[in-house]
Amino acid sequence: MNPVHKKIPVLIHNGKPVCESLIIVQYIDEVWHDKNPLLPSDPYQRAQARFWADFVDKKVYDCGRRIWATKGEEKEAAKKEFIGIMKKLEGELGNKPYFGGEDFGYVDVALIPFYCWFHAYENFGNFKTETECPKLVEWAKRCMQRESVSKSLADPHKVYEFIVSLKKKLGNE
Amino acid sequence: MEETGGVKLLGFWVSPFAQRVKWALKLKGVQYEYIEEDIYNKSPLLSKLNPVYGMVPVLVHNGKPISESIIILEYIDEVWKQAPLLPQDPYERAQARFWAKFAEEKVRQSVWEAMCSSGEEKQKAVKSAVEAFEEFEKELKRRGTKFFGGETIGFVDIVAGCISYQLAVHEEVGSIKILDSSRFPAISEWIKNFLNHPLINEGLPQKDQMFAYFSKRSKEIASRKMSHKTA
Repeated sequence: MNPVHKKIPVLIHNGKPVCESLIIVQYIDEVWHDKNPLLPSDPYQRAQARFWADFVDKKVYDCGRRIWATKGEEKEAAKKEFIGIMKKLEGELGNKPYFGGEDFGYVDVALIPFYCWFHAYENFGNFKTETECPKLVEWAKRCMQRESVSKSLADPHKVYEFIVSLKKKLGNE
Repeated sequence: MEETGGVKLLGFWVSPFAQRVKWALKLKGVQYEYIEEDIYNKSPLLSKLNPVYGMVPVLVHNGKPISESIIILEYIDEVWKQAPLLPQDPYERAQARFWAKFAEEKVRQSVWEAMCSSGEEKQKAVKSAVEAFEEFEKELKRRGTKFFGGETIGFVDIVAGCISYQLAVHEEVGSIKILDSSRFPAISEWIKNFLNHPLINEGLPQKDQMFAYFSKRSKEIASRKMSHKTA
């Protein structure tokens, strides 16, 4: 279903595959457009939403990975970078309940899945996101009150255990 | 209703990213003011308009800035509906977005890395680039159309289009060979057709200037890598 990259996620709709998570999210938003639109309707607002989702996509996973996969100076640098990324996102959120404004939207969808990884990043990096970016964690907890989020995110402790075993496999302890 | 509110584009003469935006605006017949930025000596304007990355291109429309070339293309396509770049059908749009991302992250990026690296790293990068070209060739053949977008230039063509006029220069600077026309006939034909379009070919940077620029850049990157290794 994903011969080019051989990666998940792959959405299969009417037998046809769609790959790359943010591309899939836009597809879902376009096909099921009458319920809870994720992207705003104004082109400029859409461009801003795409920009920030792209920022999340480019920065969060890779930086987070470096926190658990490296040690010493490299780990410290990754931790600082991660906090910097979260602070930027917190700045973009401002006083809005969600990145999408009053409604849970595209950027919220792009970022919230990483929340269940925070516990692992914090353990490996020895920091607390809540201390550094309280408003961002407030936002995350607000998202977690939504059933669609709380029921789909993995358990943070299981994520931590997963990374521990992954590190063992990679000979990376 | 056609938007005629002020359109400005901040770019850099040799930036393939800025070139994508120029092509999109030209194909749609949108008038714009071009502002050349010295990216090695960034203006306060650029820092103000793109505070997150401080990079070109930045499109400014009615005073509001948009950054990231592919995101700018989507914006242009939504505001100016003539000469559509993306297809209408959601599945086809998802495919176009997929291949545009592939063209940017795998095709263009791997050629750049192959040009700028040496030794084992270079060999690996060339291998990645060739693999990316193979996928691209397969997809072009599968579509069987003049361009990725069909009979007219579309989203994927514009994003991938930088290879049409920069690949040969990168190959020369990096002493690499990726585009073998016997191995990649569909891509070679696509490049010919793409550059044949007057609006695409118009105003492209000169080959010798690109060669000088990329030679310098490539050396700078190589020496930075060396200093990181010995540090």
